Amino acid sequence: MNSVFAIAGLVVKELQRRKDFYVLFVLTALLTVLLGSVSFFNAENIARYLKDICLLLIWVSSLVIAVTTTARQLPAERENRTIFPLLAKPVTRGQVIAGKFLGCWLACGIALLVFYLFFTVISASREHVWHLVPTLKAVWMHWMLLGVLVAMVLFGSVVFTAPSSNTTICFIVIVGILGIGRHLHRVALDQPEPVSTMLSVIYFLIPHVEWFYLPDFLVNDQNIAPWTDCLMASLYGVAYMAAFLIAAWMRFRRQMLSV
Amino acid sequence: MENVVQLKNLRVEYRGRGSQPAKLAVNNLSLAVHAGEVFGFLGPNGAGKTTTMNVLLGFVNATGGEARLFGVNVRDPIARQRIGYLPELTYYYKFLTAEEILRFYAKIFGLTQSESNKRIEALLKLVELTEAAKRPIKSYSKGMQQRVGLAQALINNPDLLILDEPTSGLDPLGRMKVRQLIQRLKNEGKTILFSSHELGEVETVCDRVAIVDKGELKVEGRVTDLVAQYQCDLEKIFLNVVGYQPESRS
Repeated sequence: MNSVFAIAGLVVKELQRRKDFYVLFVLTALLTVLLGSVSFFNAENIARYLKDICLLLIWVSSLVIAVTTTARQLPAERENRTIFPLLAKPVTRGQVIAGKFLGCWLACGIALLVFYLFFTVISASREHVWHLVPTLKAVWMHWMLLGVLVAMVLFGSVVFTAPSSNTTICFIVIVGILGIGRHLHRVALDQPEPVSTMLSVIYFLIPHVEWFYLPDFLVNDQNIAPWTDCLMASLYGVAYMAAFLIAAWMRFRRQMLSV
Repeated sequence: MENVVQLKNLRVEYRGRGSQPAKLAVNNLSLAVHAGEVFGFLGPNGAGKTTTMNVLLGFVNATGGEARLFGVNVRDPIARQRIGYLPELTYYYKFLTAEEILRFYAKIFGLTQSESNKRIEALLKLVELTEAAKRPIKSYSKGMQQRVGLAQALINNPDLLILDEPTSGLDPLGRMKVRQLIQRLKNEGKTILFSSHELGEVETVCDRVAIVDKGELKVEGRVTDLVAQYQCDLEKIFLNVVGYQPESRS
């Protein structure tokens, strides 16, 4: 486990020293402050709308951080050849995959905490109410969602050589799942065979990341999803993380690396 | 005498891509490196030296035969617990400092905080990088990066050091320092396997050498024995073995 934690620590340190996170945070913070400071006749629904936009910005920023940070991990190790001194140590390729995943997931978690902390302070300053438990649930579910995406992108990085193609494909897949993934089973009902079966199979195979998206509850002050639902969704997320990581390991362990 | 490195009928074949035929990089290579010796692994470019080292380090899987480190199959990561590896070119995380990179590798070997501190301090002193320890590696000269490489290869106090052209690209002073270091490590009882194109250097520091060409072992033996047998220096032996024919003047 030493190796896994050491590699994970390295990923977090890399994110800390790169400018991506800071740029995205400053952008999100600026837009949040800008939008949060606007008040149209004290209309309540306008404030909610603005909160919605702010959470969407956080969601997009965290997605960009998760995908771009993860997509470059293994290709950069190979391109810069840092993988060779690393694998010359008593480190298995499975540990490299696990370390990279853990590092990227932790880095996303740290970024999320900073983003949501900022959002909570801003929204509490306007509404004078602390929605602590709903916010914690939203952060947790968001983090689980990013875990699934990190594992998926990590798998993509052992399949596609170039990080740019992996990033692009992963963004398309994620947007596709969010946009049409949830409707596939209904679309399947109206289609002839074998298209109907194929769409149904795709519907049940893809990770339904939309289940983890809770900002709607936060914005509309609705009673946020119960703990049991969160737990079930978390288990669902963990299953997908494990599946993607095992697939990545199966592919990576046999890849020939030549100096 | 214990065999630290043991290769038996090693064969590595790279699959051809598309219409390209498969390439036989190493063919039926058998050799042993004994504990405490400095072993020179020589051959022209493309002879199979790096592929053989890649097999030993687990980067490439052998197509046939077997490779062992300290009696353990190289496919088992534990085989790499007692080795240090210095690649030909320095490949390190440029956003880290020398001290951080050594700490990272120390963590991988499971060294405790106090062990790491002592080891890192000693190694930085050994490779004369104490002053620059807190600077990012990207600001280092090539010679300094090579010295970081040597320090990371020694972080676990290895019994076997695999050095892939350790003096490549270094100035004469840098080369001399690396040679001195190899000599010092040898005096400490370490086993060193290194590849180099600097045959004078090999003749100076190596106990035994092996010359490979086209993936096959051509010559193996003690440097002094080979020099006596061929009645010439190692460079001429090397050229003779790889079939170099000097152009005749007409």
